[in-house]
Order: sequence, then structure tokens, then C-alpha cells
Amino acid sequence: MSMTQLPPGFKITRESNTEEFFVNMGPQHPSTHGALRLALRMDGETIIELVPHFGYIHRGMEKQAESMTYLQYIAMSDRQDYLTAIQNNLGVALALEKGMNIGVPERQEYIRVMLCELGRIASHLVFFGCFGGDLGGQTCLLFGFKEREMIHDILEEVTGSRLTTNFFRPGGSRFDVPENFIPRVKSFLDHMEDSMKDYERFLSKNIIVQERSIGIGILSKEDAIAYGCSGPVLRASGIDFDVRKNNPYSIYSQLEFDVPTARNGDCYDRYNVRIAEIHESMRILRQCVGKFPAEGPWRSKEKPVKLAAGRYYSEIETAKGLYGTYVVAAAGDKPYRIHTRGPSFPHIAALNKMVQGHTVSDLVTIMATLDPVIPEIDR
Amino acid sequence: MFVPSITNPIGDVVREWVPKLAEYLPVAIQSETLNSIVAFLVNAVICVIAVCAVNIGSAPILIYMERKVCAHVQCRLGPMRLGWHGTIQTIADVLKMLFKEVYNPGGVDKIMYYMAPLIVLIAPFMVAALIPFGPTLVVADVDMGIPLIIAVNGFGVLGILLGGWSSNNKYSLLGALRSGAQMISYEISFAMILLFVVMITGSTNLMDITQSQSGTVLDWMIFKVPVIGFIAFILFFISSTAEMNRAPFDIAEAEQELTGGYHTEYTGTPFAMFYLAEYIALVTNSALATTCFLGGFHAPCIGVAAVDTYLNMVPGVVWFFAKVYFMIWCYMMVRWTFVRPRVDQLMSFEWKFLLPVNLVMLVIGAIYVALF
Repeated sequence: MSMTQLPPGFKITRESNTEEFFVNMGPQHPSTHGALRLALRMDGETIIELVPHFGYIHRGMEKQAESMTYLQYIAMSDRQDYLTAIQNNLGVALALEKGMNIGVPERQEYIRVMLCELGRIASHLVFFGCFGGDLGGQTCLLFGFKEREMIHDILEEVTGSRLTTNFFRPGGSRFDVPENFIPRVKSFLDHMEDSMKDYERFLSKNIIVQERSIGIGILSKEDAIAYGCSGPVLRASGIDFDVRKNNPYSIYSQLEFDVPTARNGDCYDRYNVRIAEIHESMRILRQCVGKFPAEGPWRSKEKPVKLAAGRYYSEIETAKGLYGTYVVAAAGDKPYRIHTRGPSFPHIAALNKMVQGHTVSDLVTIMATLDPVIPEIDR
Repeated sequence: MFVPSITNPIGDVVREWVPKLAEYLPVAIQSETLNSIVAFLVNAVICVIAVCAVNIGSAPILIYMERKVCAHVQCRLGPMRLGWHGTIQTIADVLKMLFKEVYNPGGVDKIMYYMAPLIVLIAPFMVAALIPFGPTLVVADVDMGIPLIIAVNGFGVLGILLGGWSSNNKYSLLGALRSGAQMISYEISFAMILLFVVMITGSTNLMDITQSQSGTVLDWMIFKVPVIGFIAFILFFISSTAEMNRAPFDIAEAEQELTGGYHTEYTGTPFAMFYLAEYIALVTNSALATTCFLGGFHAPCIGVAAVDTYLNMVPGVVWFFAKVYFMIWCYMMVRWTFVRPRVDQLMSFEWKFLLPVNLVMLVIGAIYVALF
């Protein structure tokens, strides 16, 4: 379909006196967070209908997985939601561990939880930056990225790469953590406590931010469930669901943390839930720093990655929401099929419901608070 | 001696006319009419050059300053590579901008499309001509200074509307309509607050307004009328920010929403002209704020003779630009701190808050003038 044509099922009606028109937002647009195309039916600045179009960066990852070994697929999971790459690694590794029927030693469990929570903070910091940036405050963007750099430095030291970590393996990880990992995390947490106070003062209490986000893009409880939303978006609508609590994996059941929720399901709630989650992640990290076993093996006995034929499913809570990996294993080291259940796709599907009657400016705010990552939708 | 045999017509003309001219010149020099014409032309040329130099010359400085202020607010260093602390970076950017292809998308109204950036440039240039930069440094010392500024300032919106309309792009059109509504609305409170100044000083001549603020710092408009003067200054700051389309009121450009707004389709030099107009508007609005509220070219005397003597030794134009750049710095800090309100919130802020407050200010100003 050419860019100038209307999408199918998209009718311009002339019922009122004003004239409706069609605006093409994306795939090259500063605030669609990647190559996403939104077809908008507008009346003046008010959006009447929105149709999202995906597929501009579809790479056929799930099809490629069929001709890859399991270990090669872990590297592919980095390229899905690149902001939560380390957590995606864990999701795939957990599914493979189910197939291989192995566990991991305690030290490895702590490494996993700590790196995943660091990844969650990094992802939420990007959200913080993009939210402020999309509202017009470019300074937020840089503020959010400043602390994220520190997390990436830690990840670089542990995994060897900053963004696409490719770190966890069934039964362990590629390396053990270096000696100064715990002190480094500790100093990061101390720094983060202070900077979070500044950040919250910068946006949370800002009257323009509140004016622009309270009551905007309300997603009701029923809609959130019906569209299959998860993560902070679901929790902001008032549903207390977190895979870490409801279906605990790794050692989350032994750690103390709360699941922040809100009631209204508007943009400000989604923002607040994410900020509260950063605090919860820091709480988890503090506990892990205290409990981290100094001695002990960091991986289980090395085994070839071969799954027994069968179907295995793992789900984890990434920063964006529920990340499920469904592996249909043929005998041997290659899968028959791997399917990923990503969190961003249902969120974008719910976008039409949320933006109707709002303006283009609100669409940008709503998009920012959904925090979608397009490569994860177009796998 | 070699005498050329070929006749030289030019030589003949010179030989014939030079004595005549020499005879006429002493008379001509004493002629009032000719002298005033020449003086007027020389004066005009100097004025045009001065206005252009102040305006266009300040643009690269402002771009560099904006990048540095922005960078330091955002915990960065900004341009550092080209020249000392990246000082040559701006020149490189300007060169890049000038050498870019001037491209226009299909279906644009070419005359309007290329006229728009020119019209946008006119308004700030004309305002600059009215500002007294020093006790004797003013291009046009007109009695109707303030009304003229209000009239001329409204000119910029025309160029923006033209640019947005002729670009044949829905984002440009949305941006242009937004900015049209915004600038026309904020012009009202902009004018109101200048009227407040006129009411207190009793003159619309900018030189008179400046001279009425001579003396110590406490004689500046911002402190002269206790509290009210400061509130007026803040109101002027807000409405002039909106008037200039600067963040946080840059909803007409709104990169995140409209990918650049009214200048989405412009490239190369026409785009640079929009950019230039924005920065010149920044200078002229800061200059206006300085003239009306911060004592113009007067030194910030504190009433202690020993200190004031030294302060007054610095030429007025230096004080003037120091104040202007301080104002510009304030505008920049605001720009890089706040997020942008939505277009309907911006309009309701103007019509439901700023305008009533301005009207109240006018009443208070009238009472003040009547009492003191």
C-alpha cells in the first residue's frame, strides 16, 4: 500500500460541518519511538481514529530461529526489545532450562536477579527521558540517560557489551561476575537514590507535566485485560499483576518487594508506577547486595544444549511487561519453533482506544507512557 | 616628450569638467539641500549596516551560547572540537546550512513559499531599529515607539502562516495555524504590558522611557513601582516567550508532535532565515525588556558615589548588551528547563489568566499614576 493511500477500512466521513482529514504519522517521525506508522483520522487537531501499521523493521526472527541452535537464539532475543535485552536473555534461558531439566546455583540466581533489576532501572530511565522529551523537555532525555550510562558501564564490565548483552545461558551465564561487581552496584545505588529525588522533583511535581498527563489516555481495567496489556500499563489501570509475584521465577519469591499500582490508568499513573518500580528495583538490589553469596559455583555442570522433544513455556516480567517464550522443541539442538509473546504489541493495539477524542499532543504523551519498543513488535 | 597622436575623449571631458566642478564645489558644499541629502544617505547606510551587524552578528554568538547553555543544563559539554571550546563550530554550521540544496517539495506555491522566510525576518529587524542602544545610539528615535513595536511585531506571524500554508504539508499547516492562534493571542497581553510601562513613564518614545529610569537601580521600572513592576516584568517575560514561539511555548514547532511545524519542508538558506529570525527576535525582545524594565543603557548604580563613578565610566552600550545577554540567558534557561503545554492549555492560559491579570495590572498602574 502506498503511503498516500488510506488504509483499508479507513473512511473519511463528512457528517459534521468540519472537514476530517487523514494524517500519516510515521514511519519516520520523531516520537513514534522507531519505525511505526500511525494512520490518523483527524478533525482539526482532534484524533477520531488511529490505525497502527507494523512491519517496517520486521526481520523474521521467529522464522530464523527454526534454522538456528538454541544458543544462537539467545543472541537474537537481545535484538527484540533492546532496552531490556538482559531480561529477554533470561526469558529464553529459563525456557531452555525447563527443556533441559536443569537448575542454576544460588550465586547465579543472584546474578540473574541483579542484572535483570539493573536492566529494569535502565529501561525505566529511558522511559523517564523519553516521556520528558516527548513532552518537550529535551533536558529530561539527557538526565535519564546519564544514570543509564552507569548501568551500562556495569553491564559492560559483567557481560562484555553494553546494550545487546547475550549473557545468560541455560544452567548459568557466559561469565562469572567480576570481583568489584557488588561494590560497584552499591555505589550506583547510593548515587541513584540522590538523583531520583532530583528527577522526581523535575517531572512529577511539574504543573505542566501534571496538566498534560492527568486524565489523558485513560485505559480502563476491563480494556487493559481485554487487550492483554501487562507490566506497568496494566498495573497503572489498577490490576495488581506482576509475574515476579504471581508466578515467581528465579529467587523473586525470597525477596521482599511491593508491586506498585495506581487506579486511574491515565498517563500520569503510568509514569508514577514506573518511577515507583525504579524504587522497588533498588530495594531488590539492596537486598541482593546484602545476600550475595561470595563463594560457590556460578553455573551448573556444563551440558550440551539439547532439549527433549516437547513444548516449554517460560514467562518473565521485563520492564515493559510480560515476556513469554514458547519453545516447541524437536529432538536435538535446534528448535522446531520458537514464539515470543512480547509486551509492546498489545499496548500499541490498545492505543486506538486511548487516543480517541484527544489531540496529537496527547497522542505523543500516550505513546511515551506506553513505552513501546518497535523492534520487539516487528520481531 | 611623447605626445599621443590619438585623441583621448575622456581626457577632453576631464579637462573640460574638472575646472567647472572645482569652481562649483565650494558653492555646493555650502548648499543646505545637497548636504542634507548626502548626510541622510550616509546616515541611512550607517544605520542599515549597524542594524544588520547587531542582528546578524549576534546570531552566531547566540547559537553558540544556546548550545553551550543547553549542554551545561543537560550535564554535557556541548561543542568542544572546532576551535577553542568549539567557538568555530557555529561558523561551520552556517557554512553547511548555506551550501545545502534549496529544495522545495512538489505542489508548493513557490512565490509564497520563498517569500515567507523573508517576511519573518522583517519584523525583528524593524524592531531593532527603534531600540536605543546608548544615549546617542538609536537608529530611529520616533515618538510612537511602543505602538510601532506592537504593530511591527505582529508582522512575523504573517510569514509563519504563509510558510505553513504554502508548504503543502499537513504538519506545516497544523504548526502554522497553531502559531497563528498563539501569536495573535499573546500579542494582546504583550501590548497590554507595554501599555503599563507607557502609563507609568508617560511616554511612548523608547528614549524617554529609558531616560525616565536613570539614577540608581531602584529607579529601574522593575523596582520603581514596588512589587507591581516586578510582576509586570514576569508577565512581559511570559508573553514575550510566547510571542517569540520559544520553548516552552514552541507549540508551533513542537518537534515531537509536528516534526518541525511550519518550517518542516524548508531546507538550506530559507530554513536558515527562519532560524535567524528566531534568534534576532530573541535579541530584540531582550532589548525591549531591557529598555522597558531594566533601565536600558543606564549603569546599575547603587547610590554610593565612589562605586557609581566607576560604573558610569563604562559606556552605556556595554551595560545595555550586558543586560540583553542576561535576559537572553534567562530565556535560554527557561527553554531548557520546562516542558511544553498543550495548545488548548496555552490558549486558555492566555485568555483566562494572563489577559485578566494584565487588565488588573493596568488598573493598578492607573491608580499608582494617579496617587504618586
